[in-house]
Amino acid sequence: METKDIIKPENLVYGKSELLIDTIMHYCPGCTHGVVHKLIAEAIGEMGIQEKTIGIAPVGCSVFAYNYIDIDWQEAAHGRAPAVATGVVRLNPDKFVFTYQGDGDLASIGAAEIIHACNRGENMLVIFINNGIYGMTGGQMAPTTIENMVTSTTPCGRDSELNGYPLKMTDLVAQLPGTSYVTRQSAQTAAAVRKCKRALKKGIQNVLDKKGTSFVEVISTCNSGWKMTPVQANKWMEENMFPYYPLGDLKDSEKGEPVSKN
Amino acid sequence: MGELRLMKGNEVLAEAAIRCGCDGYFGYPITPQSEVMETLMERQPWNETGMVVLQAESEVAAINMVYGAAGSGKKVMTSSSSPGISLMSEGISYIAGAELPCLVVNVQRGGPGLGTIQPSQADYSQAVKGGGHGDYKMIVLAPSSVQEMNDFVDLAFELAFKYRNPSMILADGAIGQMMEKVELSDYKERWSDEEVIEKSGSWATTGKPSSRERNVVTSLELDSLKMEENNNRFQEKYRRMEAEEQRYEAIQCDDAEYIFVAFGTSARVCQKAVEIAREKGVKVGLLRPITLFPFPKTIIGELAKDVKGFLSVEMSAGQMVEDVKQAVFDAGIIRPVAFFGRMGGIIPTPGEVVEALEQKLLKEKR
Ligand SMILES: Cc1ncc(C[n+]2csc(CCOP(=O)(O)OP(=O)(O)O)c2C)c(N)n1
Repeated sequence: METKDIIKPENLVYGKSELLIDTIMHYCPGCTHGVVHKLIAEAIGEMGIQEKTIGIAPVGCSVFAYNYIDIDWQEAAHGRAPAVATGVVRLNPDKFVFTYQGDGDLASIGAAEIIHACNRGENMLVIFINNGIYGMTGGQMAPTTIENMVTSTTPCGRDSELNGYPLKMTDLVAQLPGTSYVTRQSAQTAAAVRKCKRALKKGIQNVLDKKGTSFVEVISTCNSGWKMTPVQANKWMEENMFPYYPLGDLKDSEKGEPVSKN
Repeated sequence: MGELRLMKGNEVLAEAAIRCGCDGYFGYPITPQSEVMETLMERQPWNETGMVVLQAESEVAAINMVYGAAGSGKKVMTSSSSPGISLMSEGISYIAGAELPCLVVNVQRGGPGLGTIQPSQADYSQAVKGGGHGDYKMIVLAPSSVQEMNDFVDLAFELAFKYRNPSMILADGAIGQMMEKVELSDYKERWSDEEVIEKSGSWATTGKPSSRERNVVTSLELDSLKMEENNNRFQEKYRRMEAEEQRYEAIQCDDAEYIFVAFGTSARVCQKAVEIAREKGVKVGLLRPITLFPFPKTIIGELAKDVKGFLSVEMSAGQMVEDVKQAVFDAGIIRPVAFFGRMGGIIPTPGEVVEALEQKLLKEKR
């Protein structure tokens, strides 16, 4: 085939989502945020819900999510995205509202807001980027940092005696009757990316069907914060984070009771 | 004539919210204002007007729910008392920084800390100087009667939307708890989705149609020059408020030689103190600021020309007195400005106020 044939629209096998804004992303190469942004843009575009979508951006590396996906956005204070989303969705019940939050945002400073929003079963999707670290402020310990992991505030590794244990927020919210779909995904391989997108779409569909809170955790890398190359970071995540945070659905209300992973 | 009722100040806040077409209330219980949410829950306005009422998990969550709902262009409010307002301060700062309209009610109690559940005016500075972080102002209205608890809800929303800025009603436990006759406002329709888009569609998160750019509600701007531009725009807005919205009530100020300056519950005490002083032959008037921000400094400057001195009467250690002094100074006039106050939840008596006038202003004159 000649080039002019290859580039014909009918031969297109992959295109950038129209909802993904043409601009340079500030994320570090290898960071998971950019991949998940792309999936969100694709899902919203493919489901044709741009006009009814409102995104809540957090404080964290993804604070500028609103510069990348072409929908209406509101930027929340650190940890408060679930409360902000509650305000939006309670007064606009026919909108699709989602929060996008890091692990410091969701599991530490915003632990109360996420628990209560999930417990009330707020009709929204929560996208939880768990990279085990505070990316934006320079790599400090997060509640999700796994034991012995070195961060700038645990230079000798996280010590559970001093810092407590890595918090499994996703397991926690799966116990709450307000959540309908709770899953843990990753996005480091083509297969994982496809699965993650399916999970996001399912979460969105649940919200459109008014099923309460859907919660999609994405185990992620922060190679800058972890001080690794992107390839090393993926390997480290698979070897060290997946055993503690096993992937898969924790709860799917269509399939009945929560699935216990441990 | 509207409907007449005998009601508590806090109950009236709830009733006025429903009647003025408020879309949502988010709150957390705290004495002495819990009746606001209790009244709303009992009234169930969601059946009547469609207004949403939700008990949040904390004041932090409540103000952020307000922030989210206000970001979508809706007419929303919260209420709390002093410790709860401290918790809300971060959220209020975000609301001011994102230039969103909303109403926050503070039915003040004494502090610091857990303090007392008795009435106080010690959150004056927090309310008028910003409260949270960064250079921002709220429009602050100070009711001194149950009737004004009714009237100021609608006014606060009107000003909030006029300036795209948070408004505060700064009441105190006495105004919240006492019962008085009140003429309730007539019902106003809530805005339809089309009206919300018409009023706020240029900035609110109403969902992006292909016909417009996406709307982003944020207070963040990392480019310092652009952030300074934002700051300048806010300051210009606050100056416009100062030029256009100073509200006050002047009682017997025309022939006055001395002026009490007092708001809310203190102003009611001072009204009686004016009578007592006049019986004693001292010509005193009362200047009651209704807007605490913008502070009615123009009238104070004008009064300063003709009077011999001011006594700021407050239920605090003396906070508004600084603004009275500044107003007199800005008018280029030298006049004594004294202060009298009680703290800890104590309401001063009219007798005490007159005594303070005699000791702090009349004695010094001799
Ligand atoms: C009230 C408040 N406290 C602290 C901060 C500073 N801060 C900004 S981002 C952040 C951590 C974000 O980490 P995480 O949520 O894990 O997101 P990531 O950057 O890793 O994507 C902190 C502590 C803040 N902005 N506001």
